[in-house]
Amino acid sequence: MAEVKLLGFWYSPFTHRVEWALKIKGVKYEYIEEDRNNKSSLLLQSNPVHKKTPVLIHNGKPIAESMVIVEYIDETFEGPPILPKDPYDRALARFWAKFLDDKTAAMVNTFLREGEEQEKGKEEVWEMLKILDNELKDKKFFVNDKFGFADVAANFMGLWLGLFQEGSGVVVVTSENFPNFCAWRDEYVNCSQVKKYLPPRDELLAFFKAFLSAASASASASTSAKK
Amino acid sequence: MAENDVKLLGSWPSTFVMRPRIALNIKSVDYDFLEEQIASKGELLLKSNPVYKKIPVLIHYGKPICESLIIVQYIDEYWSSGPSIFPSDPCDRAIARFWACYIDDKWFPLLRRLVVAQGDDAIKAALYPVVEGLVLLEDAFKNCSKGNKFFGGDKIGYVDIALGCFLGWMSVTEKMNNIKLLDEAKIPRLYKWAGDFCADSAVKDVMPETDKLAEAAKALLPKIRADASS
Repeated sequence: MAEVKLLGFWYSPFTHRVEWALKIKGVKYEYIEEDRNNKSSLLLQSNPVHKKTPVLIHNGKPIAESMVIVEYIDETFEGPPILPKDPYDRALARFWAKFLDDKTAAMVNTFLREGEEQEKGKEEVWEMLKILDNELKDKKFFVNDKFGFADVAANFMGLWLGLFQEGSGVVVVTSENFPNFCAWRDEYVNCSQVKKYLPPRDELLAFFKAFLSAASASASASTSAKK
Repeated sequence: MAENDVKLLGSWPSTFVMRPRIALNIKSVDYDFLEEQIASKGELLLKSNPVYKKIPVLIHYGKPICESLIIVQYIDEYWSSGPSIFPSDPCDRAIARFWACYIDDKWFPLLRRLVVAQGDDAIKAALYPVVEGLVLLEDAFKNCSKGNKFFGGDKIGYVDIALGCFLGWMSVTEKMNNIKLLDEAKIPRLYKWAGDFCADSAVKDVMPETDKLAEAAKALLPKIRADASS
């Protein structure tokens, strides 16, 4: 019997991408919530290189890296396609998915760090947003007006970025400075291909507010301990 | 001009540019190689890759494709009748993609730090994590190759291309700093693989000779150091 397990964090956009792909394909799976402070032996065995979620385990074989897993799901299971058929469109989808992923570390620095690291993070995020603002002018989806791979990768920018801003009080994106990006984002969270698969915003916001204030408290504590 | 309108913007010393060149060779596809100058970026490059402004860029029937591994996947999918670069099994494909991600996201930044390092202390500090990464990749090779010559099996595949493109610069770095990266005692499988990879017909004409690359490195290193610190 085919067996699909997903190890993840409910609040993580990376785990969400994989769940989204599984739901698009109608795949039955067992979801296992991991604890980042106490990772299970199954997780450590399944992703010994990075020790991170998400990890998909299909018939006992583990696959890691969220967009690698999404592509695997697309190739393995029947159902609506996530990557387009045409090789050029596939290249565009992969390009934007990679672009969206490249700035994850900069995002973390912007909202979770302070001082020089935060400033550098903000600069990188700003540059990324300029490019997205230009690309997403009058666009609903990244490739050929059809929902797909890059739009799944865009969940971080579409939903989580706003949550981080609200949760931390650090504002990078406004409709004045990035009007096209904001128009795209407002459509994104409301469109039918996305809305039904998004996790509950209020719960996520509450989680990140608590998470970000705990992170900031421990950063101040360690700063005052150093003084 | 190549018959099927394939252009590749790149430069011969570049590791990332080598990747699509190897892929095009595997598929026996003719292409126009348009050399970019080191000091300035040409108009065609800036137009074709406005997001990153970097080589390589493949331009196929006027349409640009950017990012070396994305170009390799495009080549494999477009010229699907040629020898496959990816394995056929979806799980093996996912594993190949995983290792390519590891190579680019985790290992290459460590290699770059070693290449730009100056002074014995900096070189020694930079060397260890690179070698650690290679030990991990030796293990990956054992699992992916299944007893064959390459990560891709009996012929060159995606991970071979992803990792093999760095062999020229690794060799230059070894000679310049009197260090060992491909240590036969530590990583015997990768040591042998490196020789097999460089000798492959799809690779040997695009892998620069170490001496020629070492000469070019003298002019390139200041710029690489500047880019790495920005």
